[in-house]
Amino acid sequence: MKRVYVNEERCLGCHLCEYWCAYANSGEKDIMTAFKLGKDATPRINVEDDGDVHFAVQCRHCDDTPCVKACITGALSCNDGVVEINRDKCVGCYTCVLTCPYGCIVIDKKNGGKTVTKCELCTDNSNGEPVCVRECINGAIVFEER
Amino acid sequence: MNYVIIGNSAAAIGAIEGIRAYDKDGSVTLISDEKYFTYSRPLISYWLKNSVTDENMKYRDPDFYEKNNVTTMLGETVTAISANEKTVTTASGKTIAFDKLLCATGSKPFVPKTEGYEKVKNVFTFMKFDDAKAIKEVLTADSKVLIVGAGLIGLKAAEAVHEYTENITVIDLADRILSSILDEDAAKIMQTHISDKGVTFKLGTSVKVFSENSAELQNGETVDFDILIMAVGVRPNTELVSAAGGKVNRGIITDKTQLVDGLKDIYAAGDCTESIDITTGDSKILALLPNAFLQGEVAGKNMAGNLCYYVNAIPMNAIGFFGLHIITAGSYTGDTYVVTDGENYKKLITKDDKLVGFILMGDVDRAGIYTSLIKEHIALSECNFDLLKDKPLMAAFSKIRRNKKLAESH
Ligand SMILES: Cc1cc2nc3c(=O)[nH]c(=O)nc-3n(C[C@H](O)[C@H](O)[C@H](O)COP(=O)(O)OP(=O)(O)OC[C@H]3O[C@@H](n4cnc5c(N)ncnc54)[C@H](O)[C@@H]3O)c2cc1C
Repeated sequence: MKRVYVNEERCLGCHLCEYWCAYANSGEKDIMTAFKLGKDATPRINVEDDGDVHFAVQCRHCDDTPCVKACITGALSCNDGVVEINRDKCVGCYTCVLTCPYGCIVIDKKNGGKTVTKCELCTDNSNGEPVCVRECINGAIVFEER
Repeated sequence: MNYVIIGNSAAAIGAIEGIRAYDKDGSVTLISDEKYFTYSRPLISYWLKNSVTDENMKYRDPDFYEKNNVTTMLGETVTAISANEKTVTTASGKTIAFDKLLCATGSKPFVPKTEGYEKVKNVFTFMKFDDAKAIKEVLTADSKVLIVGAGLIGLKAAEAVHEYTENITVIDLADRILSSILDEDAAKIMQTHISDKGVTFKLGTSVKVFSENSAELQNGETVDFDILIMAVGVRPNTELVSAAGGKVNRGIITDKTQLVDGLKDIYAAGDCTESIDITTGDSKILALLPNAFLQGEVAGKNMAGNLCYYVNAIPMNAIGFFGLHIITAGSYTGDTYVVTDGENYKKLITKDDKLVGFILMGDVDRAGIYTSLIKEHIALSECNFDLLKDKPLMAAFSKIRRNKKLAESH
């Protein structure tokens, strides 16, 4: 299955992927409304910086899905290899935050932390392919079979 | 193959998914004394405070049983397991044969004997959907509610009841709330947070004697109430297995495949069993939904003939009260590193170059990275612990480990 992999050597730490991710998933047409006009969209990808080291992390869509198995409500499920969240069923207990070994379940601060959110490989927005990969200016995030 | 499962909660559902991963054809019969479609037990408090609908109580999609070809016998209580005959019998007189059996019977509330208890009319426990429904029937804006037990279940009940009335008293024998998961300092922060919402605590005391509408405490105080909720603790449902000859200590004892010690073809999983806590090496009941699911899944896979083990269990909790979140894991004996600003709280516990436990309150972002350090026994000397002290980051891992985690096929 195609998955997102990180190419740490190439990451410049520009954080553009975070903006693209948040914008793509904000449902807003205009990037200004997504960020500047009080919306403050939540990215599902997270760039870590430590001195010269930079890299982006988002859901690995693991085979053994520890978050799905831990979910107390059944809000998380894995469909055709994509770990998905049903926000309507999520009660924001954060058991998935406790169990994700990569720290990739994102508490949705935009709704006051009432639910979590996560990368669904842009299958749940109009892009259809991971927009972070498409927009990365230096090939630091790739979407491929390994 | 003929599989029979007793129970219809997290462990049972894990088992069905485990069985069906390897055996699409065998017959699966699920027996449970609760009449409902599989529901999420932790959601009963959310349902009571009207933040979850009946439909969203469901732990799996409505077509789950059909899709997995499961025959359900709901509202049916199993009264005996015969290990020799390989049958179970039910209270309504049915006998069901099995090739492989799973006991996923969970736990029941423990109610301590207290003088005058039988005089109380409106008394409830808080474990089942029916308990929440019964409480909702009587709860009004004028209710005075006494909750005995300031643990996870008692406080979840308090949070739900608070949606109706602020007249809530919680008492506990321990001198702090949530004593099973929080240390003193963290418990104080949470207690202040909950007290600020109007809940009254009486700690370090217990009920000496009940009368119909009041409780006289050991410390001499009296608390009036019209609804009493008992949430002192839970006990595993082990009777069926012990009567059938299986080994039981506090919980049912199984091997790593979840096969019950002393029995053939009879497995057990979830809150009715013990598992080994890798942070202490002790066998104990880890009464948590993720554990129940994982144990059930391992049991199911083994029942279907696919050898696999349930290992690497740790105590862990993610829970929030009135918007303040806690994530904890592991054991708390070792060297400690604590940071708090009076609202957020972080405690990391280390021992022999390993992270063995943590308590996070307030800011709980990315806590799973800490959990992975515990579960994967990663040496702290191999990490940048100073970074980790600040917050959980993948950048704290060595480059080799980070690449393994983020850039290799998985
Ligand atoms: C209010 C509350 C809040 C909770 N919150 C959390 C939380 O936030 N996070 C977390 O991880 N855990 C939480 N838990 C714990 C969690 O619900 C349990 O760990 C989990 O449900 C265990 O699943 P199980 O399948 O082992 O057993 P159970 O959920 O206990 O289910 C066992 C089932 O078997 C049935 N049964 C028993 N005996 C028989 C019999 N003889 N015949 C037929 N049927 C029988 C029972 O009626 C029950 O339906 C909470 C529990 C409660 C009560």
